[in-house]
Amino acid sequence: MSHLLREHAPITEGNWELLDSEARERFAPALAARKLVDFAGPHGWQYSATNLGRVEEIDDPPGKGVVGVQRQVLALVELRAPFAISRAELADADRGAEDADLEPLDAAAHRIAVAENAAVFHGWKAAGITGIVEASPHDLIALGEDCERYPRHVAKAVDALLSAGIQGPYGLALGPDAHTRVLETSEHGGYPLLEHLREVVGGPLVWSPGLRGAAVLSVRGGDFLFEVGEDLSIGYESHDAGAVNLYLEESLSFRVATPEAAVALT
Amino acid sequence: MGFDQYHEPPEELSAETRTFVRLCTSLTEEAEAIGWYQQRMAVETDGEARAIMHDAQGEEFKHFCMDLEFLLRRTPLWREIAEGILFRDGDIVEHGEEAEEEATEGAAERGAPLAGGESLGIGSLREAVA
Repeated sequence: MSHLLREHAPITEGNWELLDSEARERFAPALAARKLVDFAGPHGWQYSATNLGRVEEIDDPPGKGVVGVQRQVLALVELRAPFAISRAELADADRGAEDADLEPLDAAAHRIAVAENAAVFHGWKAAGITGIVEASPHDLIALGEDCERYPRHVAKAVDALLSAGIQGPYGLALGPDAHTRVLETSEHGGYPLLEHLREVVGGPLVWSPGLRGAAVLSVRGGDFLFEVGEDLSIGYESHDAGAVNLYLEESLSFRVATPEAAVALT
Repeated sequence: MGFDQYHEPPEELSAETRTFVRLCTSLTEEAEAIGWYQQRMAVETDGEARAIMHDAQGEEFKHFCMDLEFLLRRTPLWREIAEGILFRDGDIVEHGEEAEEEATEGAAERGAPLAGGESLGIGSLREAVA
């Protein structure tokens, strides 16, 4: 049995399939960072740190005529989003109900996806994670609310990447507000702004909950490194007569190898 | 009834893995039954009896295919390899080698889960972006 303790939960095999399938569906649109950065793993629950390949000198070695250095690693972070599912709803699903209320799972999936994206784009100082936006050495580009000027701003970001010697293709991550404005906008002549932006960057355009503003980044690979120990999983916490307490969980690290491979737009 | 379909202590296996193993065992049994009916029909001289066996073998074809489809749905890597081999003209061995190479390399890049694992198996979503 794994640490997820799924077999202790009063949940039938059919309902585990239902919960896993629902979670996968909810994650697919929201896990924006995984659509743009390099992914490594899963390395397993016991994998605790990412090798940074660097060392740091240590003072006062315990002996004369020797020096000591210590390996530097980035410890993985465990992200967990708890939720509770009504046992009555699970029983109805076992009877064949097609509309079981899994909203708490959906909300937890969204929370953990937003946190994952925010860690990748904006960092997580307490966890030692530097995000793509804060790592970028390029000047911030103001997006503003005039959508018709977006292609110009995004083209300026692509230009900055090219000038820094960063090859494409490039991807455009759009925070929810910017994404909504883009979807609602057609330029003169009715051409969807979405398509125009896609042509400018030459790569994916990704709805990115958790990102404030937008970012243009190279998706050539090797620049932004996301690593998981345990990939997203559902585990069991406890239950009572009314509900089963579960959680979504993953362990991860993220590091920026090429800070200049992204430009932030605010 | 014995539990010799497991090679590891069943209580140490997850529910997902036990289901996976049950269907693998079922797949094997259906394939054996198909072979048995084939032999029986080969030696049976009574036409009416042969017709019944023929019908029964058809049932086993159906069961085998349902088991296989279930396992392929739960194991993306297996499905990807199968897609490179099944229902194609040409050299079967060649298709098999190509499908295995392409699928395993792609799966490793995506961080795909092992068969019967407990994670949601999401991994990289780079290929999911248009």
